[in-house]
Amino acid sequence: MRANDHLKPVQNTMTHALEINQLHKIYDNGFEALKGISLKVEQGDFFALLGPNGAGKSTTLGVVSSLVNKSSGTVSVFGYDLDTHVSQAKCMMGVVPQEFNFNMFEKVADVVVQQAGYYGIPRDEALRRTEQLLKQLGLWDKRKEASRNLSGGMKRRLMIARALVHKPKLLILDEPTAGVDIELRRSMWEFLTRINEQGTTIILTTHYLEEAENLCRNIAIIDQGEIIKHSPMKELLKTINTETIVLDLLEPLATAPEISGYSLLLVGDTHLEVTLNQGQDINSVFVVLSTAGIEVTSMRNKTNRLEELFVNLVTNNKTDLQGVSA
Amino acid sequence: MSAYEIYIAYSTIVRKEIQRFMRIWVQTLLPPSIIMVLYFIIFGNLIGSRIGQMGGFDYMQFIVPGLIMMSVISNSYGNVVSSFYSTKYQGSLEEMLVSPMPNWVILAGYVTGGVARGLAVGTIVTCLSLFFTQLDVHNLGIIVLVVLMTSILFSLGGFINAVFANSFDDIAIVPTFILTPLTYLGGVFYSIDLLPDFWASVSQLNPILYMVNAFRFGILGVSDIPVGYSLLVICGFIIALFSYCMHLLNTGKGIRK
Repeated sequence: MRANDHLKPVQNTMTHALEINQLHKIYDNGFEALKGISLKVEQGDFFALLGPNGAGKSTTLGVVSSLVNKSSGTVSVFGYDLDTHVSQAKCMMGVVPQEFNFNMFEKVADVVVQQAGYYGIPRDEALRRTEQLLKQLGLWDKRKEASRNLSGGMKRRLMIARALVHKPKLLILDEPTAGVDIELRRSMWEFLTRINEQGTTIILTTHYLEEAENLCRNIAIIDQGEIIKHSPMKELLKTINTETIVLDLLEPLATAPEISGYSLLLVGDTHLEVTLNQGQDINSVFVVLSTAGIEVTSMRNKTNRLEELFVNLVTNNKTDLQGVSA
Repeated sequence: MSAYEIYIAYSTIVRKEIQRFMRIWVQTLLPPSIIMVLYFIIFGNLIGSRIGQMGGFDYMQFIVPGLIMMSVISNSYGNVVSSFYSTKYQGSLEEMLVSPMPNWVILAGYVTGGVARGLAVGTIVTCLSLFFTQLDVHNLGIIVLVVLMTSILFSLGGFINAVFANSFDDIAIVPTFILTPLTYLGGVFYSIDLLPDFWASVSQLNPILYMVNAFRFGILGVSDIPVGYSLLVICGFIIALFSYCMHLLNTGKGIRK
């Protein structure tokens, strides 16, 4: 590596934050974890990589972050190829892994300061940045504690602070809110949204599909080592054919009202499930209910829309593969 | 990374490593000191007084250089193998692997940590030995060179052991079953001139013999092996082990999936 390598301009000015081409990973035991996936993530995007357990999400992120050796294919980060410009590519990204992977005996502040050192950030600057990040993430009071004494949520926030200390342009989070209570999860969402608005590209994997739907603009679904869907979130959600909305009623009903073209089902005597097909809207239902003197106190989706779509896609993919192997 | 950034990354690892063994000095610095004092008392004073002279020196004077080297070897090796394996075991090695730090800097950082502990223990043991015997300095340059090279060599050895280790048992196997026997048979307690020709020749396959003798030459001015030849052998081992460590790091064997 030459000392001034980092000053070289990126070859392609219209670069993606992350570009993966034909990525294969076959483990030593012969298991093919990635079957030639290709993926592009725009600069400034908030991107979700979803998939069931063992689908290849963590392997993909492992290859991108240099923790897993790829079998073939290319990966570039902001135009820097991971094979030829590994140092520059690594400087561009921060990684928050799924498992806690810091030294449990180190003090909280030391975990972050040391990481800054690994990126060549002078100690004074590292201490300044550490203070700033720990304050932002509500860990400053714990800075002198051994990191093993932190709660699960605090440990996750510590890993986020550590990943951001070198000011990466791309932040990769592998299930950042796993095992985190809802209050903390929401504060983490706010923090991630804020840094995304400030220009940091974010890629996350999560099993909370509500999280992906609320935060991410683009999405890829990976299953059995293949990308089975890659599109903007809005477009993906548009493809959902039906949506079930639960209406909570003020007064109990004996039977479900009949509305032409709509399917309504009374659950208990104060909950009405309305199934909307694509193109139908809920306002027509409200008009009819209001005319009939039925008051609605609240409404909610029966299931998360993305969750529904995700389950359908993964189930269909499994069925297709079984058909092929049969 | 610029040269300055690489220096910061390197010094970060070194600082972390030195802080680690200083923080747990009761486990890292105290035990070897106590063990060596026992060696000085039992082998040097009690048994040594009955043995008489070896190589033209009091037995105590003869064994002190070997015992100092023994401390340097086991502590340099032990520091790197336990620290790097713990880092691997806890997953915090990933902190370094995701960073832009070149692999050789990771290796250099850990080796420097091993050398620092080897030198710290070597210095303590040397000071303690002065309570039992008088140490002359025949050639300070050779002393410093041999200690440094030996320490580097066994730090590299500890690194390889840590890369292949899959459990804490694995990091104890090599020191117990290979390193300690080689050290005892490496001329610490006797001159190979005392051995029959066959065993004297076999002993020359033991790399620790060269280190102990070169160090003894630096202090006492006597050696079973020509010093230049000893330095060449140590140098050869360092190059071989360093190359192998770099191969392991670059291919990710035992480190990356």
